[in-house]
Amino acid sequence: MTNITLPQPVRLLSPLGWTVFIGLLLCVSLLAPALNLWLPVSHPLHMSDFAVSLVGKIMCFAICALAMDLIWGYTGILSLGHGLFFALGGYAMGMYLMRQIGTDGNYTSELPDFMVFLDWKTLPWHWYFSDSFVATLLLVVFAPGLLALVFGYFAFRSRIKGVYFSIITQAMTFAFMLLFFRNETGFGGNNGFTDFKRILGTPIATPNMRMLLFVLTGTCLLGCYLAARWLVQSKYGRVLQAIRDAESRVMFSGYSPLPYKLSIWVISAVMCGIAGALYVPQVGIINPSEMSPANSIEIAIWAAVGGRATLIGPIVGAFMVNGAKSWLTMVAPEYWLYVLGALFIAVTLYMPQGVVGLLGSLKQRLQAGKGESS
Amino acid sequence: MSVAQALTPQQVRDIVTGETDARIESLQKVLAQADAQTTVFLQALVDDAVVIAAEQVVIVRDGKGFDPATGKDMPVPAGAEGVVSNNRMRGEIDSALAALQLLSTDEAIRMKAAQALVSEPDPSKKPLLEKAIAAEKNSAISQLLLLAQAAINITSTDVKERLAAAKALGNSKTPNTQLLLNQQMMQETDPAVRAQMGASLAEIKSALAWGERLGALFTGLSLGSILLLVALGLAITYGLMGVINMAHGELMMVGAYATYVVQVFFRQHMGSAFDYYLVAALPMAFLSAALVGALLERTVLRHLYGRPLETLLATWGISLILMQTVRTVFGAQNVAVENPSWMSGGIQVLVNLSLPWNRLLIVIFAFLVLGGVALLISQTRLGLFVRGVTQNRAMASCMGVNTARIDTYAFALGSGIAGLAGCALSQIGNVGPDLGQGYIVDAFMVVVLGGVGQLAGTVYAALGLGVLNKLLEGWTGAVLAKIAVLVFIIIFIQKRPQGLFAMKGRSAEA
Repeated sequence: MTNITLPQPVRLLSPLGWTVFIGLLLCVSLLAPALNLWLPVSHPLHMSDFAVSLVGKIMCFAICALAMDLIWGYTGILSLGHGLFFALGGYAMGMYLMRQIGTDGNYTSELPDFMVFLDWKTLPWHWYFSDSFVATLLLVVFAPGLLALVFGYFAFRSRIKGVYFSIITQAMTFAFMLLFFRNETGFGGNNGFTDFKRILGTPIATPNMRMLLFVLTGTCLLGCYLAARWLVQSKYGRVLQAIRDAESRVMFSGYSPLPYKLSIWVISAVMCGIAGALYVPQVGIINPSEMSPANSIEIAIWAAVGGRATLIGPIVGAFMVNGAKSWLTMVAPEYWLYVLGALFIAVTLYMPQGVVGLLGSLKQRLQAGKGESS
Repeated sequence: MSVAQALTPQQVRDIVTGETDARIESLQKVLAQADAQTTVFLQALVDDAVVIAAEQVVIVRDGKGFDPATGKDMPVPAGAEGVVSNNRMRGEIDSALAALQLLSTDEAIRMKAAQALVSEPDPSKKPLLEKAIAAEKNSAISQLLLLAQAAINITSTDVKERLAAAKALGNSKTPNTQLLLNQQMMQETDPAVRAQMGASLAEIKSALAWGERLGALFTGLSLGSILLLVALGLAITYGLMGVINMAHGELMMVGAYATYVVQVFFRQHMGSAFDYYLVAALPMAFLSAALVGALLERTVLRHLYGRPLETLLATWGISLILMQTVRTVFGAQNVAVENPSWMSGGIQVLVNLSLPWNRLLIVIFAFLVLGGVALLISQTRLGLFVRGVTQNRAMASCMGVNTARIDTYAFALGSGIAGLAGCALSQIGNVGPDLGQGYIVDAFMVVVLGGVGQLAGTVYAALGLGVLNKLLEGWTGAVLAKIAVLVFIIIFIQKRPQGLFAMKGRSAEA
């Protein structure tokens, strides 16, 4: 008789992991507001408004990177459509914010300014939800979710795989970008939505509101991380990884990959939508260029730089790449694209495991060295 | 033309002196009974070669005087002043001169004048037109003249004249006539004339519809041939090596900029041979793009074979770098690439259908390139190796094929074809750093739809998508057409996941 050792249930986070996690949660929800709002500007530890908005923005991107890790890192499906889901969530929130402007627009009309400009008399049907905040939250979840469900169902059902899937998602993103660029579709055309005034009746451009959105984004990011961690450690997550490594064998073992792929694809899309909805009130604008194919590919590079299938890696990657971007576009804007391009090449050629993977293998080597010497 | 009707000295004086209104009126009267001498006189007026001194009007050419009425020599009187015509008068004289060409002895000139009059009817030319109709012997010109008369008569106050004109205009199947009839229809009060106008309009419309349909078909074919050029290179690089080359569009851009550089060189150093710069630009575009492609394959892609998703990301990075390099070198603005003179213009097939030479030549060029590639793949030793490596890399290697070298050659070939596509695109559109971005998504759609491994799939998919896109565009608008095509592709792939022409056998599932 051979002993079969079944895999032990893994703890969600190690004790150290929990300590770090709670520390980060406290940082985001208590320390950052304290440093930004209560310390005077002159104080050396004061967190500037610029830093708040930058970190808030990057945390939104990090949620996207996390979503990308679920679908790409763990399931092996490279999506080039996550920028679209991000933008859809953003547009859903943007529509609500446009309705919140009320009659304070340039034309003092009930309708958003761009509709007055287009000489529209009534609100188009797809704007009806946007008067209510609850309906908007539902829209943030369901608009990207439903699109992902329908698209994913047809794509996965006909077993479109690998690069074919990537290319088709890119074409979908491209088509939606064209659609949102049109004035007739009722999304503000070229200019999109901007000039927001208030959210839930309170003014949007105050330090307190900015901090609130920051805290909300931070907790959402940490929550998404926990949820993703739980997902990939469950049996469901193991099947996903099996699909990534050998889809045919999974099928031969009696699993149908379709529901697994479809569900993680929709979950990932919804996460991106939520990130978009958090992003728009912070930056104060949403327009169709958010849907450009380049943005979706950039999400993939955040995940790749940090390290795929590590969950923590994509978050680190989003911070690293976007931090470098905001610094370089200030110092030497013409070099940013060179750096980004080189990053794409270098990461795929030399660092397939990403930064976190590199650190991990270094650690292993160190431990192996210790083991030999002792 | 009888001498009796010639220009009289009195008429000449009336035309050159007095108020503009009166002068124009005199001019119209003269026009009704014009002869060759009238043309000489009017031309002199346009050239500012007419002087006047105390009621005596003289044409001065090369310092010698002529009598405007008879054309005989006469001395230039002392103290003569030049005749001054304001812009309105000049316009009238110009159009009178144009109309006088109706009476020219040269048939080609008469034809041209008649065509001009048909497209821009001018009631003041009616008497002259009647005279020209009476004198005209050539039946084709005669018909045109009758049409011009109808176009004038349609605004007549006489109902019968209008009715006849409305019927006659039905024979002229041009967009201009359609426009004219539509305009008159709005003002027309007489029901019989209205009905006749409606019938004529319907007749014109059905004739024009054919031109429009064929026009849409041709633009579709033109788009399809461009897609074919773009996708052909992709089909080679993807089909052979499984490399998703996102930098393919930028290789096209390299080809287009190479064309631009060759064009600038020709303009500066060999101005006389400028019309033939494409002869040098084509190989330059091919070689430069192929060189960049070979370099990429050697340095980057070589290490990524078998990992298509990684090649996608790496080549995207390459495309960013290529684009930024071009921006640094040539600037972010579009550069101007001029067509050689023999490529401008087009063939007029129907009244409302003209095929531009540059697009027509690109269709032909696309098929020439296709033929070349097909020959290369099926007939040459290199093609044999390429096919061998595609089908079974390990076995080809065992048989002594240097697969690494074949990879480089094949990738350079695919890139070179992208360069040719860029050269072709430079002839019909803007050349800028973003040139490749607009086509890359469509080109991948072609490859996905066509399936990998066979050129035929690429050909059918490219032409089919091009024509489908343009036909839908006429019906639903450009954006909806794009989306409809995308939906069509997704549905199509439900039925045939491997594209139109799948590779048969076990390799298909790998």
